[in-house]
Amino acid sequence: MQFDSVSAFLDMGGYGFYVWLSYGVSFAALALLVTSSIAGHKKAKQQIAQRQKREAKLRQAAEQQNAHAHDNPNREH
Amino acid sequence: MTPVSYRAAFSLIVKRDLMIAFRHRDDIINPLLFFIIVVTLFPLGIGPESSTLSRIAPGIIWVAALLATLLSLDRLFKSDHLDGSLEQMLLSPQPIFILVLAKIVAHWLLTGLPLILIAPLLAVLLHLHESSYGALMFTLLLGTPILSLLGAIGVALTVGIKKGGVLLSLLVLPLYIPVLIFATSAIDSAAMNLPYNGQLAIIAAIFFASLTLAPFAVSAALKVSTN
Amino acid sequence: MMWKWLHPYANPEVSYHFAGKLLPWCTRLAFIFLSVGMVWALLFAPADYQQGDTFRIFYLHVPAAMLSMGIYLGMAIAALSSLVWQLKLADASAAAMAPIGATFTFIALVTGAAWGKPMWGTWWIWDARLTSELILLFLYLGVIALHNAFEDKSLAGKAAGILALVGVINLPIIKYSVEWWNTLHQGATVGKLGQPSMSADMFWPFLVCFIGFSFFVTALICLRFRSEVLTRNSMRPWVRTLVANEENKHAI
Repeated sequence: MQFDSVSAFLDMGGYGFYVWLSYGVSFAALALLVTSSIAGHKKAKQQIAQRQKREAKLRQAAEQQNAHAHDNPNREH
Repeated sequence: MTPVSYRAAFSLIVKRDLMIAFRHRDDIINPLLFFIIVVTLFPLGIGPESSTLSRIAPGIIWVAALLATLLSLDRLFKSDHLDGSLEQMLLSPQPIFILVLAKIVAHWLLTGLPLILIAPLLAVLLHLHESSYGALMFTLLLGTPILSLLGAIGVALTVGIKKGGVLLSLLVLPLYIPVLIFATSAIDSAAMNLPYNGQLAIIAAIFFASLTLAPFAVSAALKVSTN
Repeated sequence: MMWKWLHPYANPEVSYHFAGKLLPWCTRLAFIFLSVGMVWALLFAPADYQQGDTFRIFYLHVPAAMLSMGIYLGMAIAALSSLVWQLKLADASAAAMAPIGATFTFIALVTGAAWGKPMWGTWWIWDARLTSELILLFLYLGVIALHNAFEDKSLAGKAAGILALVGVINLPIIKYSVEWWNTLHQGATVGKLGQPSMSADMFWPFLVCFIGFSFFVTALICLRFRSEVLTRNSMRPWVRTLVANEENKHAI
Protein backbone atom coordinates (compact mmCIF):
# COMPACT_ATOMS: atom_id res chain seq x y z
CA MET A 1 0.00 0.00 0.00
CA GLN A 2 1.45 3.33 -1.06
CA PHE A 3 -0.92 5.58 0.85
CA ASP A 4 -1.39 6.06 4.60
CA SER A 5 -4.92 7.43 4.58
CA VAL A 6 -7.91 7.86 2.34
CA SER A 7 -7.26 11.57 2.03
CA ALA A 8 -3.68 10.92 0.94
CA PHE A 9 -5.01 8.45 -1.61
CA LEU A 10 -7.46 11.04 -2.95
CA ASP A 11 -4.79 13.72 -2.97
CA MET A 12 -2.33 11.61 -5.03
CA GLY A 13 0.64 13.60 -3.85
CA GLY A 14 -0.91 16.85 -4.97
CA TYR A 15 -1.85 15.58 -8.40
CA GLY A 16 -5.27 14.26 -7.38
CA PHE A 17 -7.22 16.38 -9.83
CA TYR A 18 -5.27 15.16 -12.87
CA VAL A 19 -5.19 11.52 -11.86
CA TRP A 20 -8.88 11.37 -10.98
CA LEU A 21 -9.80 13.39 -14.06
CA SER A 22 -8.05 10.84 -16.27
CA TYR A 23 -9.59 7.86 -14.53
CA GLY A 24 -13.02 9.51 -14.38
CA VAL A 25 -13.15 10.52 -18.05
CA SER A 26 -11.76 7.17 -19.19
CA PHE A 27 -14.26 5.10 -17.27
CA ALA A 28 -17.13 7.41 -18.21
CA ALA A 29 -16.19 7.02 -21.88
CA LEU A 30 -15.94 3.24 -21.53
CA ALA A 31 -19.27 3.09 -19.68
CA LEU A 32 -20.88 5.13 -22.45
CA LEU A 33 -19.42 2.76 -25.04
CA VAL A 34 -20.71 -0.29 -23.17
CA THR A 35 -24.22 1.09 -22.67
CA SER A 36 -24.47 2.26 -26.27
CA SER A 37 -23.29 -1.14 -27.51
CA ILE A 38 -25.86 -2.96 -25.36
CA ALA A 39 -28.59 -0.54 -26.40
CA GLY A 40 -27.61 -0.98 -30.05
CA HIS A 41 -27.85 -4.76 -29.71
CA LYS A 42 -31.31 -4.52 -28.13
CA LYS A 43 -32.44 -2.04 -30.77
CA ALA A 44 -31.29 -4.33 -33.58
CA LYS A 45 -33.35 -7.17 -32.14
CA GLN A 46 -36.35 -4.93 -31.54
CA GLN A 47 -36.32 -3.68 -35.11
CA ILE A 48 -36.28 -7.21 -36.47
CA ALA A 49 -39.11 -8.23 -34.14
CA GLN A 50 -41.18 -5.20 -35.11
CA ARG A 51 -40.80 -5.91 -38.78
CA GLN A 52 -41.87 -9.50 -38.19
CA LYS A 53 -44.99 -8.33 -36.38
CA ARG A 54 -45.81 -5.91 -39.17
CA GLU A 55 -45.37 -8.63 -41.77
CA ALA A 56 -47.55 -11.02 -39.80
CA LYS A 57 -50.26 -8.36 -39.56
CA LEU A 58 -50.10 -7.68 -43.29
CA ARG A 59 -50.29 -11.39 -44.01
CA GLN A 60 -53.31 -11.73 -41.73
CA ALA A 61 -55.07 -8.83 -43.40
CA ALA A 62 -54.39 -10.28 -46.82
CA GLU A 63 -55.76 -13.65 -45.74
CA GLN A 64 -58.88 -12.04 -44.32
CA GLN A 65 -59.45 -10.17 -47.53
CA ASN A 66 -59.01 -13.34 -49.52
CA ALA A 67 -61.45 -15.18 -47.29
CA HIS A 68 -63.92 -12.33 -47.68
CA ALA A 69 -63.65 -12.44 -51.44
CA HIS A 70 -64.28 -16.20 -51.39
CA ASP A 71 -67.31 -15.88 -49.09
CA ASN A 72 -69.40 -13.76 -51.42
CA PRO A 73 -67.90 -13.86 -54.88
CA ASN A 74 -71.05 -12.46 -56.48
CA ARG A 75 -71.34 -9.35 -54.35
CA GLU A 76 -70.09 -7.13 -57.12
CA HIS A 77 -72.87 -8.13 -59.45
CA MET B 1 -15.57 -1.59 -84.42
CA THR B 2 -11.92 -1.69 -83.58
CA PRO B 3 -11.03 -1.85 -79.90
CA VAL B 4 -9.72 1.40 -78.44
CA SER B 5 -6.13 1.23 -77.28
CA TYR B 6 -5.29 2.12 -73.68
CA ARG B 7 -3.52 5.28 -74.69
CA ALA B 8 -6.40 6.39 -76.92
CA ALA B 9 -8.90 5.77 -74.13
CA PHE B 10 -6.75 7.70 -71.69
CA SER B 11 -6.38 10.75 -73.93
CA LEU B 12 -10.04 10.55 -74.92
CA ILE B 13 -11.16 10.90 -71.31
CA VAL B 14 -8.65 13.63 -70.53
CA LYS B 15 -9.80 15.61 -73.57
CA ARG B 16 -13.45 15.06 -72.75
CA ASP B 17 -13.03 16.26 -69.16
CA LEU B 18 -11.06 19.30 -70.26
CA MET B 19 -13.68 20.16 -72.82
CA ILE B 20 -16.51 19.90 -70.31
CA ALA B 21 -14.56 22.02 -67.87
CA PHE B 22 -13.90 24.74 -70.41
CA ARG B 23 -17.62 24.93 -71.07
CA HIS B 24 -18.23 25.60 -67.37
CA ARG B 25 -15.36 27.94 -66.66
CA ASP B 26 -16.67 28.79 -63.18
CA ASP B 27 -15.61 25.35 -62.01
CA ILE B 28 -11.99 26.19 -62.79
CA ILE B 29 -12.03 29.78 -61.65
CA ASN B 30 -13.92 29.44 -58.37
CA PRO B 31 -11.36 27.28 -56.53
CA LEU B 32 -8.66 29.68 -57.71
CA LEU B 33 -10.57 32.68 -56.39
CA PHE B 34 -11.09 30.81 -53.14
CA PHE B 35 -7.33 30.17 -52.97
CA ILE B 36 -6.56 33.84 -53.47
CA ILE B 37 -9.18 35.09 -51.01
CA VAL B 38 -8.14 32.70 -48.24
CA VAL B 39 -4.54 33.77 -48.63
CA THR B 40 -5.43 37.46 -48.51
CA LEU B 41 -7.47 36.94 -45.35
CA PHE B 42 -4.41 35.93 -43.34
CA PRO B 43 -2.54 39.26 -43.47
CA LEU B 44 -5.81 40.96 -42.56
CA GLY B 45 -6.27 38.67 -39.59
CA ILE B 46 -2.69 38.53 -38.39
CA GLY B 47 -1.34 41.94 -39.33
CA PRO B 48 0.79 43.18 -42.18
CA GLU B 49 4.16 42.82 -40.45
CA SER B 50 6.38 41.34 -43.14
CA SER B 51 8.60 39.25 -40.86
CA THR B 52 5.58 37.42 -39.40
CA LEU B 53 4.04 36.96 -42.83
CA SER B 54 7.18 35.56 -44.41
CA ARG B 55 7.52 33.20 -41.44
CA ILE B 56 4.02 31.73 -41.93
CA ALA B 57 3.74 32.11 -45.73
CA PRO B 58 4.61 28.49 -46.66
CA GLY B 59 2.01 27.11 -44.26
CA ILE B 60 -0.68 29.51 -45.43
CA ILE B 61 -0.11 28.87 -49.11
CA TRP B 62 -0.09 25.13 -48.62
CA VAL B 63 -3.15 25.01 -46.35
CA ALA B 64 -5.03 27.24 -48.81
CA ALA B 65 -3.97 24.95 -51.65
CA LEU B 66 -5.29 21.92 -49.72
CA LEU B 67 -8.63 23.62 -49.13
CA ALA B 68 -8.92 24.85 -52.73
CA THR B 69 -8.22 21.33 -54.03
CA LEU B 70 -10.80 19.97 -51.61
CA LEU B 71 -13.36 22.43 -52.94
CA SER B 72 -12.72 21.39 -56.52
CA LEU B 73 -12.73 17.64 -55.88
CA ASP B 74 -16.49 17.37 -56.01
CA ARG B 75 -16.69 17.74 -59.78
CA LEU B 76 -14.23 14.86 -60.33
CA PHE B 77 -16.98 12.21 -60.40
CA LYS B 78 -20.19 13.94 -59.30
CA SER B 79 -21.66 15.12 -62.61
CA ASP B 80 -20.59 11.91 -64.35
CA HIS B 81 -22.30 9.95 -61.60
CA LEU B 82 -25.48 12.01 -61.89
CA ASP B 83 -25.86 11.64 -65.66
CA GLY B 84 -24.88 7.98 -65.63
CA SER B 85 -21.74 8.27 -67.74
CA LEU B 86 -19.64 7.05 -64.81
CA GLU B 87 -21.37 3.68 -64.89
CA GLN B 88 -20.90 3.53 -68.63
CA MET B 89 -17.20 4.10 -68.11
CA LEU B 90 -16.99 1.37 -65.49
CA LEU B 91 -18.68 -1.02 -67.92
CA SER B 92 -16.29 -0.25 -70.78
CA PRO B 93 -13.70 -2.90 -71.74
CA GLN B 94 -10.73 -0.71 -70.74
CA PRO B 95 -9.28 -1.33 -67.29
CA ILE B 96 -10.79 1.06 -64.75
CA PHE B 97 -7.28 1.94 -63.60
CA ILE B 98 -6.66 3.84 -66.86
CA LEU B 99 -10.02 5.62 -66.85
CA VAL B 100 -9.58 6.70 -63.25
CA LEU B 101 -6.03 7.87 -63.87
CA ALA B 102 -7.19 9.90 -66.87
CA LYS B 103 -9.87 11.62 -64.81
CA ILE B 104 -7.36 12.42 -62.07
CA VAL B 105 -4.87 13.81 -64.59
CA ALA B 106 -7.61 16.01 -66.05
CA HIS B 107 -8.52 17.20 -62.56
CA TRP B 108 -4.91 18.08 -61.82
CA LEU B 109 -4.59 19.99 -65.10
CA LEU B 110 -7.68 21.98 -64.17
CA THR B 111 -6.90 22.74 -60.51
CA GLY B 112 -3.34 21.82 -59.57
CA LEU B 113 -1.72 23.53 -62.52
CA PRO B 114 -3.55 26.89 -62.11
CA LEU B 115 -2.71 26.80 -58.39
CA ILE B 116 0.97 26.37 -59.21
CA LEU B 117 0.84 29.21 -61.72
CA ILE B 118 -0.80 31.62 -59.32
CA ALA B 119 1.19 30.64 -56.22
CA PRO B 120 4.23 32.92 -56.90
CA LEU B 121 1.90 35.91 -57.00
CA LEU B 122 0.50 35.03 -53.61
CA ALA B 123 3.99 34.37 -52.32
CA VAL B 124 4.79 37.99 -53.21
CA LEU B 125 1.75 39.16 -51.26
CA LEU B 126 2.94 37.19 -48.23
CA HIS B 127 6.58 38.35 -48.46
CA LEU B 128 7.86 34.82 -48.90
CA HIS B 129 11.62 34.61 -48.54
CA GLU B 130 13.25 35.13 -51.93
CA SER B 131 15.28 31.94 -51.82
CA SER B 132 12.12 29.88 -51.18
CA TYR B 133 10.40 30.43 -54.53
CA GLY B 134 12.09 27.46 -56.16
CA ALA B 135 11.16 25.22 -53.28
CA LEU B 136 7.57 26.47 -53.34
CA MET B 137 7.24 25.65 -57.03
CA PHE B 138 8.90 22.24 -56.74
CA THR B 139 6.79 21.19 -53.75
CA LEU B 140 3.59 22.36 -55.45
CA LEU B 141 4.58 20.60 -58.65
CA LEU B 142 5.14 17.30 -56.84
CA GLY B 143 2.54 17.81 -54.13
CA THR B 144 -0.62 18.90 -55.94
CA PRO B 145 -0.85 15.64 -57.96
CA ILE B 146 -0.82 13.82 -54.61
CA LEU B 147 -3.72 15.97 -53.48
CA SER B 148 -5.69 15.05 -56.61
CA LEU B 149 -4.83 11.36 -56.27
CA LEU B 150 -5.72 11.02 -52.59
CA GLY B 151 -8.72 13.29 -52.98
CA ALA B 152 -10.06 11.06 -55.74
CA ILE B 153 -10.31 8.20 -53.23
CA GLY B 154 -12.45 10.34 -50.96
CA VAL B 155 -14.69 11.52 -53.80
CA ALA B 156 -15.11 7.99 -55.12
CA LEU B 157 -16.23 6.86 -51.66
CA THR B 158 -18.73 9.68 -51.18
CA VAL B 159 -20.04 10.11 -54.73
CA GLY B 160 -23.16 8.09 -54.03
CA ILE B 161 -24.00 9.98 -50.85
CA LYS B 162 -26.32 12.98 -51.06
CA LYS B 163 -24.55 15.24 -48.59
CA GLY B 164 -21.02 14.12 -49.27
CA GLY B 165 -19.33 17.52 -49.18
CA VAL B 166 -18.56 17.88 -45.48
CA LEU B 167 -17.86 14.19 -45.13
CA LEU B 168 -15.31 14.43 -47.94
CA SER B 169 -13.20 16.94 -46.01
CA LEU B 170 -13.26 14.71 -42.93
CA LEU B 171 -12.06 11.75 -45.01
CA VAL B 172 -9.43 13.47 -47.11
CA LEU B 173 -7.77 16.15 -44.98
CA PRO B 174 -6.06 13.76 -42.51
CA LEU B 175 -4.50 11.98 -45.48
CA TYR B 176 -3.00 15.27 -46.69
CA ILE B 177 -1.04 15.87 -43.49
CA PRO B 178 2.29 14.26 -44.53
CA VAL B 179 2.38 16.28 -47.78
CA LEU B 180 1.70 19.46 -45.83
CA ILE B 181 4.45 18.74 -43.30
CA PHE B 182 7.16 17.88 -45.82
CA ALA B 183 6.25 20.61 -48.29
CA THR B 184 6.24 23.43 -45.75
CA SER B 185 9.44 22.21 -44.19
CA ALA B 186 11.13 22.11 -47.60
CA ILE B 187 10.14 25.74 -48.15
CA ASP B 188 11.34 26.65 -44.65
CA SER B 189 14.70 24.97 -45.29
CA ALA B 190 15.05 26.86 -48.54
CA ALA B 191 14.39 30.12 -46.71
CA MET B 192 17.36 29.34 -44.47
CA ASN B 193 19.47 28.46 -47.53
CA LEU B 194 19.61 24.84 -46.42
CA PRO B 195 19.29 21.94 -48.86
CA TYR B 196 15.75 20.64 -49.22
CA ASN B 197 16.41 17.64 -51.47
CA GLY B 198 15.49 15.25 -48.68
CA GLN B 199 11.98 16.63 -48.25
CA LEU B 200 11.49 16.76 -52.02
CA ALA B 201 12.59 13.15 -52.30
CA ILE B 202 10.06 12.11 -49.68
CA ILE B 203 7.27 14.04 -51.43
CA ALA B 204 8.31 12.38 -54.70
CA ALA B 205 8.17 8.98 -52.99
CA ILE B 206 4.68 9.73 -51.68
CA PHE B 207 3.72 10.88 -55.18
CA PHE B 208 4.84 7.67 -56.85
CA ALA B 209 3.31 5.50 -54.15
CA SER B 210 -0.05 7.26 -54.47
CA LEU B 211 0.21 7.22 -58.26
CA THR B 212 0.45 3.43 -58.25
CA LEU B 213 -1.91 2.66 -55.37
CA ALA B 214 -4.60 5.36 -55.43
CA PRO B 215 -6.21 4.39 -58.78
CA PHE B 216 -6.83 0.89 -57.40
CA ALA B 217 -8.47 2.28 -54.29
CA VAL B 218 -10.50 4.68 -56.44
CA SER B 219 -11.76 1.94 -58.73
CA ALA B 220 -12.68 -0.27 -55.76
CA ALA B 221 -14.49 2.66 -54.18
CA LEU B 222 -16.33 3.50 -57.41
CA LYS B 223 -17.53 -0.07 -57.67
CA VAL B 224 -18.99 0.23 -54.17
CA SER B 225 -20.50 3.66 -54.79
CA THR B 226 -22.19 2.86 -58.10
CA ASN B 227 -23.60 -0.37 -56.77
CA MET C 1 -5.85 -26.45 -43.90
CA MET C 2 -6.45 -23.18 -42.18
CA TRP C 3 -9.41 -22.62 -44.48
CA LYS C 4 -11.06 -25.85 -43.44
CA TRP C 5 -10.80 -24.80 -39.85
CA LEU C 6 -12.05 -21.30 -40.60
CA HIS C 7 -14.79 -22.37 -42.92
CA PRO C 8 -17.63 -22.84 -40.38
CA TYR C 9 -16.96 -19.35 -39.03
CA ALA C 10 -17.75 -17.84 -42.42
CA ASN C 11 -21.34 -18.85 -41.69
CA PRO C 12 -23.03 -15.95 -39.93
CA GLU C 13 -25.14 -18.16 -37.67
CA VAL C 14 -22.15 -20.14 -36.40
CA SER C 15 -20.04 -17.06 -35.81
CA TYR C 16 -22.96 -15.28 -34.13
CA HIS C 17 -23.21 -18.08 -31.59
CA PHE C 18 -19.44 -18.36 -31.29
CA ALA C 19 -19.22 -14.66 -30.44
CA GLY C 20 -22.07 -15.19 -28.00
CA LYS C 21 -20.10 -17.94 -26.24
CA LEU C 22 -16.93 -15.88 -26.18
CA LEU C 23 -18.66 -12.80 -24.81
CA PRO C 24 -19.36 -13.84 -21.18
CA TRP C 25 -15.87 -15.31 -20.74
CA CYS C 26 -14.17 -12.20 -22.05
CA THR C 27 -16.38 -10.04 -19.86
CA ARG C 28 -15.47 -12.03 -16.76
CA LEU C 29 -11.75 -12.06 -17.54
CA ALA C 30 -11.85 -8.35 -18.34
CA PHE C 31 -13.59 -7.64 -15.07
CA ILE C 32 -11.07 -9.68 -13.05
CA PHE C 33 -7.97 -8.32 -14.76
CA LEU C 34 -9.19 -4.75 -14.78
CA SER C 35 -10.21 -4.69 -11.13
CA VAL C 36 -6.90 -6.25 -10.06
CA GLY C 37 -4.97 -3.98 -12.41
CA MET C 38 -6.72 -0.79 -11.36
CA VAL C 39 -6.33 -1.48 -7.62
CA TRP C 40 -2.70 -2.37 -8.19
CA ALA C 41 -2.08 0.72 -10.32
CA LEU C 42 -3.84 3.12 -7.99
CA LEU C 43 -2.91 1.73 -4.56
CA PHE C 44 0.13 -0.51 -4.69
CA ALA C 45 2.29 0.55 -7.62
CA PRO C 46 5.11 2.83 -6.48
CA ALA C 47 5.09 6.49 -7.43
CA ASP C 48 7.68 7.49 -10.01
CA TYR C 49 10.62 9.28 -8.44
CA GLN C 50 10.38 12.12 -10.96
CA GLN C 51 6.75 12.30 -11.93
CA GLY C 52 5.27 11.31 -8.58
CA ASP C 53 1.73 10.02 -8.53
CA THR C 54 0.90 11.38 -11.99
CA PHE C 55 2.63 8.26 -13.19
CA ARG C 56 -0.57 6.39 -12.30
CA ILE C 57 -2.13 7.93 -15.43
CA PHE C 58 0.42 5.88 -17.39
CA TYR C 59 -1.54 2.70 -16.58
CA LEU C 60 -4.48 4.12 -18.55
CA HIS C 61 -2.70 6.17 -21.17
CA VAL C 62 -0.31 3.62 -22.60
CA PRO C 63 -2.73 0.66 -22.86
CA ALA C 64 -5.32 2.97 -24.46
CA ALA C 65 -2.78 4.33 -26.95
CA MET C 66 -1.52 0.83 -27.80
CA LEU C 67 -5.03 -0.51 -28.24
CA SER C 68 -6.11 2.46 -30.35
CA MET C 69 -3.37 1.64 -32.86
CA GLY C 70 -3.95 -2.11 -32.55
CA ILE C 71 -7.68 -1.82 -33.18
CA TYR C 72 -7.06 0.27 -36.30
CA LEU C 73 -4.69 -2.40 -37.55
CA GLY C 74 -7.26 -5.07 -36.79
CA MET C 75 -9.91 -3.10 -38.61
CA ALA C 76 -7.68 -2.78 -41.66
CA ILE C 77 -6.90 -6.52 -41.63
CA ALA C 78 -10.61 -7.28 -41.42
CA ALA C 79 -11.28 -4.84 -44.26
CA LEU C 80 -8.57 -6.45 -46.37
CA SER C 81 -9.95 -9.94 -45.85
CA SER C 82 -13.42 -8.71 -46.70
CA LEU C 83 -12.20 -7.10 -49.93
CA VAL C 84 -9.85 -9.86 -51.03
CA TRP C 85 -11.67 -13.01 -49.91
CA GLN C 86 -15.19 -11.52 -49.96
CA LEU C 87 -15.74 -12.45 -46.33
CA LYS C 88 -18.90 -10.56 -45.43
CA LEU C 89 -18.39 -11.22 -41.75
CA ALA C 90 -15.02 -9.50 -41.81
CA ASP C 91 -16.92 -6.40 -42.84
CA ALA C 92 -19.17 -6.73 -39.83
CA SER C 93 -16.23 -7.09 -37.47
CA ALA C 94 -14.51 -4.04 -38.98
CA ALA C 95 -17.69 -2.04 -38.45
CA ALA C 96 -17.81 -3.32 -34.87
CA MET C 97 -14.27 -2.19 -34.16
CA ALA C 98 -14.39 1.45 -35.34
CA PRO C 99 -16.33 3.05 -32.45
CA ILE C 100 -14.31 1.07 -29.90
CA GLY C 101 -11.04 2.22 -31.40
CA ALA C 102 -12.27 5.81 -31.51
CA THR C 103 -13.16 5.66 -27.81
CA PHE C 104 -9.72 4.36 -26.87
CA THR C 105 -8.08 7.05 -29.00
CA PHE C 106 -10.17 9.64 -27.17
CA ILE C 107 -9.09 8.17 -23.81
CA ALA C 108 -5.45 8.23 -24.86
CA LEU C 109 -5.81 11.90 -25.79
CA VAL C 110 -7.59 12.95 -22.60
CA THR C 111 -5.22 11.07 -20.31
CA GLY C 112 -2.28 12.42 -22.29
CA ALA C 113 -3.52 15.96 -21.76
CA ALA C 114 -4.20 15.37 -18.06
CA TRP C 115 -0.71 13.91 -17.69
CA GLY C 116 0.80 16.77 -19.66
CA LYS C 117 -0.71 19.53 -17.56
CA PRO C 118 1.29 18.85 -14.35
CA MET C 119 4.37 17.71 -16.30
CA TRP C 120 4.57 20.43 -18.95
CA GLY C 121 2.35 23.08 -17.39
CA THR C 122 -0.03 23.02 -20.33
CA TRP C 123 -2.92 20.80 -21.35
CA TRP C 124 -1.92 20.38 -24.94
CA ILE C 125 1.47 20.20 -26.48
CA TRP C 126 2.27 19.32 -30.06
CA ASP C 127 4.16 16.27 -28.93
CA ALA C 128 4.69 13.71 -31.68
CA ARG C 129 2.76 10.98 -29.95
CA LEU C 130 -0.21 13.13 -28.96
CA THR C 131 -0.38 14.66 -32.44
CA SER C 132 -0.41 11.34 -34.22
CA GLU C 133 -3.01 10.12 -31.73
CA LEU C 134 -5.16 13.15 -32.67
CA ILE C 135 -4.80 12.36 -36.37
CA LEU C 136 -5.69 8.74 -35.63
CA LEU C 137 -8.89 10.02 -34.00
CA PHE C 138 -9.70 11.93 -37.20
CA LEU C 139 -9.12 8.77 -39.24
CA TYR C 140 -11.46 6.81 -36.95
CA LEU C 141 -14.11 9.52 -37.12
CA GLY C 142 -13.87 9.49 -40.93
CA VAL C 143 -14.45 5.73 -41.01
CA ILE C 144 -17.41 6.00 -38.61
CA ALA C 145 -18.94 8.95 -40.49
CA LEU C 146 -18.59 7.17 -43.82
CA HIS C 147 -20.13 4.04 -42.34
CA ASN C 148 -23.09 6.04 -41.04
CA ALA C 149 -23.60 7.90 -44.33
CA PHE C 150 -24.65 4.76 -46.22
CA GLU C 151 -28.14 3.37 -45.82
CA ASP C 152 -27.16 -0.09 -47.01
CA LYS C 153 -24.96 -1.60 -44.31
CA SER C 154 -23.07 -4.01 -46.54
CA LEU C 155 -22.15 -1.15 -48.89
CA ALA C 156 -21.24 0.94 -45.86
CA GLY C 157 -18.93 -1.82 -44.65
CA LYS C 158 -17.17 -2.03 -47.99
CA ALA C 159 -16.71 1.74 -48.32
CA ALA C 160 -15.48 2.11 -44.74
CA GLY C 161 -13.17 -0.85 -45.33
CA ILE C 162 -11.51 0.84 -48.31
CA LEU C 163 -11.04 3.98 -46.25
CA ALA C 164 -9.56 1.98 -43.37
CA LEU C 165 -7.09 0.34 -45.76
CA VAL C 166 -6.06 3.68 -47.24
CA GLY C 167 -5.69 4.98 -43.70
CA VAL C 168 -3.54 2.09 -42.55
CA ILE C 169 -1.15 2.63 -45.45
CA ASN C 170 -1.03 6.31 -44.55
CA LEU C 171 -0.69 5.81 -40.81
CA PRO C 172 3.03 4.94 -40.77
CA ILE C 173 3.74 7.86 -43.13
CA ILE C 174 1.74 10.21 -40.93
CA LYS C 175 3.44 8.91 -37.80
CA TYR C 176 6.87 9.27 -39.36
CA SER C 177 6.14 12.73 -40.72
CA VAL C 178 4.76 13.94 -37.41
CA GLU C 179 7.77 12.62 -35.51
CA TRP C 180 10.08 14.22 -38.02
CA TRP C 181 8.13 17.50 -37.83
CA ASN C 182 8.36 17.35 -34.06
CA THR C 183 12.13 16.95 -33.97
CA LEU C 184 12.39 19.81 -36.46
CA HIS C 185 10.53 22.16 -34.12
CA GLN C 186 12.32 21.01 -31.00
CA GLY C 187 11.78 24.37 -29.30
CA ALA C 188 8.13 23.53 -28.76
CA THR C 189 8.88 20.35 -26.85
CA VAL C 190 9.41 20.82 -23.15
CA GLY C 191 9.92 17.21 -22.29
CA LYS C 192 8.87 13.89 -23.62
CA LEU C 193 5.95 11.92 -22.27
CA GLY C 194 8.37 9.10 -21.96
CA GLN C 195 8.46 5.84 -20.24
CA PRO C 196 11.10 6.45 -17.66
CA SER C 197 13.00 3.23 -17.18
CA MET C 198 10.19 1.09 -15.92
CA SER C 199 10.91 -1.04 -12.90
CA ALA C 200 9.32 -4.45 -12.44
CA ASP C 201 6.82 -3.24 -9.84
CA MET C 202 5.56 -0.77 -12.44
CA PHE C 203 5.66 -3.20 -15.34
CA TRP C 204 3.44 -5.91 -13.81
CA PRO C 205 0.44 -3.70 -12.99
CA PHE C 206 0.79 -2.21 -16.46
CA LEU C 207 0.72 -5.67 -18.04
CA VAL C 208 -2.33 -6.68 -15.98
CA CYS C 209 -4.15 -3.49 -17.01
CA PHE C 210 -3.22 -4.01 -20.63
CA ILE C 211 -4.49 -7.60 -20.62
CA GLY C 212 -7.66 -6.46 -18.88
CA PHE C 213 -8.32 -3.77 -21.46
CA SER C 214 -7.62 -6.26 -24.26
CA PHE C 215 -10.24 -8.67 -22.91
CA PHE C 216 -12.60 -5.74 -22.50
CA VAL C 217 -12.09 -4.78 -26.14
CA THR C 218 -12.61 -8.37 -27.28
CA ALA C 219 -15.87 -8.58 -25.32
CA LEU C 220 -17.10 -5.32 -26.84
CA ILE C 221 -16.13 -6.44 -30.34
CA CYS C 222 -18.11 -9.67 -29.79
CA LEU C 223 -21.15 -7.72 -28.64
CA ARG C 224 -21.09 -5.19 -31.47
CA PHE C 225 -20.24 -7.90 -34.01
CA ARG C 226 -23.40 -9.77 -32.94
CA SER C 227 -25.56 -6.68 -33.54
CA GLU C 228 -23.92 -6.11 -36.93
CA VAL C 229 -24.53 -9.73 -37.96
CA LEU C 230 -28.17 -9.48 -36.86
CA THR C 231 -28.90 -6.29 -38.82
CA ARG C 232 -27.13 -7.59 -41.92
CA ASN C 233 -28.99 -10.91 -41.89
CA SER C 234 -32.32 -9.64 -40.66
CA MET C 235 -34.26 -11.43 -43.41
CA ARG C 236 -32.64 -14.84 -42.84
CA PRO C 237 -34.81 -17.55 -41.26
CA TRP C 238 -32.33 -18.25 -38.44
CA VAL C 239 -32.40 -14.63 -37.31
CA ARG C 240 -36.18 -14.56 -37.47
CA THR C 241 -36.60 -17.66 -35.34
CA LEU C 242 -33.91 -16.44 -32.93
CA VAL C 243 -35.60 -13.09 -32.43
CA ALA C 244 -39.06 -14.64 -32.25
CA ASN C 245 -37.87 -17.09 -29.57
CA GLU C 246 -36.40 -14.29 -27.48
CA GLU C 247 -39.59 -12.27 -27.85
CA ASN C 248 -41.60 -15.22 -26.55
CA LYS C 249 -39.26 -15.63 -23.61
CA HIS C 250 -39.80 -11.99 -22.67
CA ALA C 251 -43.55 -12.33 -23.10
CA ILE C 252 -43.66 -15.21 -20.63
